Amino acid sequence: MIPARFDYVAPATVEEALAALAEHGDDAKLIAGGQSLLPVLRMRLNAPEMVVDLGRIESLRGVSDDGDAILVGAMTTHAEVGVDPLVAEHAALVAKAITHLADAQVRHRGTFGGALAHADPAGDLGAPVLALGGEFLVAGPGGTRTVAADDFFVDYFTTAVGEDEILTGVRLPKHTGWGAHYEKFVRIAHQWPIVAVAAAVRLDGDTIAEARVGLTNMGSTPLRARAVEEALAGQPATEDAVRRAAELAVEGTNPPSDLNGDADYRRHLAKVLTRRAVLTAAGV
Amino acid sequence: MTRITMTVDGAQVSDDVEPRMLLVQYLREKLGKTGTVIGCDTSNCGACTVHLDGRSVKSCNVLAVQADGAEVTTIEGLATDGQLHPVQEAFRECHGLQCGFCTPGMIMQSIDLLNENPHPTEEEIRLGLEGNLCRCTGYHNIVKAVQYAAREGASS
Repeated sequence: MIPARFDYVAPATVEEALAALAEHGDDAKLIAGGQSLLPVLRMRLNAPEMVVDLGRIESLRGVSDDGDAILVGAMTTHAEVGVDPLVAEHAALVAKAITHLADAQVRHRGTFGGALAHADPAGDLGAPVLALGGEFLVAGPGGTRTVAADDFFVDYFTTAVGEDEILTGVRLPKHTGWGAHYEKFVRIAHQWPIVAVAAAVRLDGDTIAEARVGLTNMGSTPLRARAVEEALAGQPATEDAVRRAAELAVEGTNPPSDLNGDADYRRHLAKVLTRRAVLTAAGV
Repeated sequence: MTRITMTVDGAQVSDDVEPRMLLVQYLREKLGKTGTVIGCDTSNCGACTVHLDGRSVKSCNVLAVQADGAEVTTIEGLATDGQLHPVQEAFRECHGLQCGFCTPGMIMQSIDLLNENPHPTEEEIRLGLEGNLCRCTGYHNIVKAVQYAAREGASS
């Protein structure tokens, strides 16, 4: 299958890319790694007249230390993020999720910013970034603004990034020393998760001092399981305590029903996977 | 049309292409490198895997213009002076193929896997080949071939 015809530019700077968006408006589409966009173009579910390639903008690549956070450039590939020492030290939950994301070839091309801006509720990055309280840097005609994780994901495949804006990077607040685990439930290899749970916990001795829990594919966006987080705080890191808190994982969710499972099944999975994710993150 | 220049299997090539042309189309239709095959055409099966600047990618899911300036290695660029690449040799030795259609992609991905992890466990091999499907379900001998190649030091 071959995409419909389009024009193409590959700007060298964010400013040039913004200018291309301003010039072409609705007819333009940004391409990052293209691992989600190209299948869509080939199936002709979308037919932009202009494709603006961010792949030549060097300033959007790489992970750097940014004080109380690490900054992941939007065009850093999943493979690069997955082996980055700063990510391993300060945002291990993201690295754990990436080991389960798609397959090796896709991880070599797909990008951190591209996947988040695509905002597939079954994507593997949304829940961990939401759980860690990521801050999204969005460049537009008027400069760069910061969007909190809670405000970034709006609906299925919809984010707070405007049509004249570009996601340039994500600040991940440092969670140094936190235990982390991403528990993903699939039927077959390299499938999108039916449900997945991202959990990070800070232990104080045998007590869970703080917990962060994100849910994948339990609604139209990634979701934060705040009721679970609150129930876990101050609890002993034991199977019983975590099981009780995990029962709250379905609060505020609206899971889809499809061929992989109905909403009730997903609610069941969310509880089970939350328990497993938290216990593994806590090293129990 | 957009002018692109890249190195494919050691040779520099340059062409005017439509931006919508996929890398796999460019390799097969412009350069005649039909060793790289199109399997599912939906970026699932991995049959079209090539190396782009040293890392494995699904060439049906990359635009030719995105590969401008890059170095591409296909299955056709592996053998040197009539000698099969050690991973090709391992697939032959272990009969790591049945119909052979997935083989170019399996070999390219296996090389990438061994470059990153020269001594993988069986589980690491199966995970590393997760993005490559064999419709004959001949996975068992494919895994054996990668283990054989690892023993023979294919990554060195």
